[in-house]
Amino acid sequence: MTLHADPVAAESYNFAYLDEQTKRMIRRAILKAVAVPGYQVPFASREMPMPYGWGTGGVQVTAACLTPDDRLKVIDQGADDTTNAVSIRKFFQRTAGVAVTEATAEATVIQTRHRIPETPLTSGQILVYQVPIPEPLRFLEPRETETRKMHELEEYGLIHVKLYEDIARHGTIATSYAYPVKVEGRYVMDPSPIPKFDNPKLSGSPALQLFGAGREQRIYALPPFSHVVSLDFDDHPFEATKAPHDCDLCGADDSYLDEVITDDQGSRMFVCSDTDFCRTRQAEGQLGVLGAPVLKGGV
Amino acid sequence: MYVAVKGGERAIDNAHAWLAEERRGDLGVAELSVAQIREQLALAVNRVMAEGSLFDPDLAALAIKQARGDLIEAIFLIRAYRTTLPRLGASRPVDTAAMAVIRRISATFKDLPGGQVLGPTFDYTHRLLDFKLAAEGAVARAETAPALVAAVPHVMAMLDRDGLIAPEPAGDAVPDDLTRTPMELPASRALRLQAISRGDEGFILSMAYSTQRGYGRTHAFVGELRIGAVAVEMDIPALGFAVEIGEIEVTECETVNQFKGSKTEPAQFTRGYGLVFGQTERKAIAMSLVDRALRWEELGEDNSGAPAQDAEFVLMHADNVQATGFLEHIKLPHYVDFQSELELVRRLRADASASAEAAE
Repeated sequence: MTLHADPVAAESYNFAYLDEQTKRMIRRAILKAVAVPGYQVPFASREMPMPYGWGTGGVQVTAACLTPDDRLKVIDQGADDTTNAVSIRKFFQRTAGVAVTEATAEATVIQTRHRIPETPLTSGQILVYQVPIPEPLRFLEPRETETRKMHELEEYGLIHVKLYEDIARHGTIATSYAYPVKVEGRYVMDPSPIPKFDNPKLSGSPALQLFGAGREQRIYALPPFSHVVSLDFDDHPFEATKAPHDCDLCGADDSYLDEVITDDQGSRMFVCSDTDFCRTRQAEGQLGVLGAPVLKGGV
Repeated sequence: MYVAVKGGERAIDNAHAWLAEERRGDLGVAELSVAQIREQLALAVNRVMAEGSLFDPDLAALAIKQARGDLIEAIFLIRAYRTTLPRLGASRPVDTAAMAVIRRISATFKDLPGGQVLGPTFDYTHRLLDFKLAAEGAVARAETAPALVAAVPHVMAMLDRDGLIAPEPAGDAVPDDLTRTPMELPASRALRLQAISRGDEGFILSMAYSTQRGYGRTHAFVGELRIGAVAVEMDIPALGFAVEIGEIEVTECETVNQFKGSKTEPAQFTRGYGLVFGQTERKAIAMSLVDRALRWEELGEDNSGAPAQDAEFVLMHADNVQATGFLEHIKLPHYVDFQSELELVRRLRADASASAEAAE
């Protein structure tokens, strides 16, 4: 992709939109978050030119991390070309003029919504998550004053009771995304609404993982190689699940799949949600049942 | 053959071009100017300034034009612009006792120093559609009276002198700025007032209304409602004195609330306070009722469990820019989460039918 530094935007706004004072405030929060893995650090979130709930937390964290030399990748649902990912990527192209990429391995900063890329992350990369509700206990206890106390006291009984009730009622833990984790044996953390398939990738990652919740004014972090455990029971161990299929385009049997309805007769196909991963495999000649060579290199 | 959801960028550009066209509407109809909006839709402008937390009628009018009259969208535009402005400092507290009032009424005293001034109000108009406006009739000039020269002291100051109302002494403490520090609970009254003042008018109105209907009743009288211009002054360190840097229009409402006393406080009247940019009377009155309802704890009253008494509930849900963003975000793609739910439901159904078969 080419740089589209918008001269108007470049003149009126600071690099990466936010003023340096605000970035400093956000960086302080990030440093604190890195120092206390899994702990939600309050920060004075700003109104951004996109709506709350559309990634303002992630955008602020990305803005505070970006340097002119960075190469940015933005994904939503694993895909680089979903509308909101396009919009956020364009925003940083306009306001920071940074290079962008769709290749996970080439990116230095990756902003994501709802997925962790399939390609393993490497040391020096930063993965920025957009977080809607940072509080893992929120739907058990709506009051912030209460949940902060519960974290302080490491009072996590309620969430185990919830998981237990799931098993009693359904025979299995009925949480399939935003599956709660415990970080370094201390804080229970919401990994943002990633499918639980992605949870194992949270632990021991060489990349720095930062979580930004704009509307809720919270930042939290997993420093590289953090030990992250998905909550479970000895007799009901955590299980990372996906659709029991292979990707119909690239044939991958180990990637998270989107189900696509292809007609009104119940026909469907399964394709990788990670578009970069899928396209790279197809370009290497790995084809699924419906993968046609014409799709090589993307559309 | 499946075609991935591609071309997001072109779709976005085209959608925005279409939006711009729709915003303009029929080209055969004259375009609205920003000045027309500022002058003729002044109450919409006021609301956008109040909830956008930025006093600038021209920018608010521009935002309304750009937002096609969607006021929450206009408020959002103003907020997003506001955050890019440098914060040069804080003004002195505005002196509302020295306000040049265009409207000032008290529901608690029939007459009072400074008098009752109705001003430009919808009150006592008969709500009949005025078809003359459709014919673009000229407006006759209203009669004018000489400007008020006498001081217009606050009603509360008079009650205060007699010790009938709980005193709220002035302090030197610098209040937190809601836009610069994250909201921490419990929030100080200063922070609560900031949040309510920029909160959604509809939400604050409904909260206030609920107290009147018995959910946290506060027995409020409008001690005083005043609208007018106040000077904004800033201390200039290099000069050693304060300089007037401009004038803003505000609406201030102070309620007098019946209070029989509690374990900690003697019987006396108590106050609710509302202060909002522009002529925004409904909002200011509602604000003062909600402020008073939220003060139950410091006044030693009982918590009746009413929504308007619940500071966390009110403060965390009053902001329409936050609310609308989060509400509307559910139209963003969620196929990853939905997919995981699909699999879970399929698995639970398969397990259930397997165990049903086993039972047969």
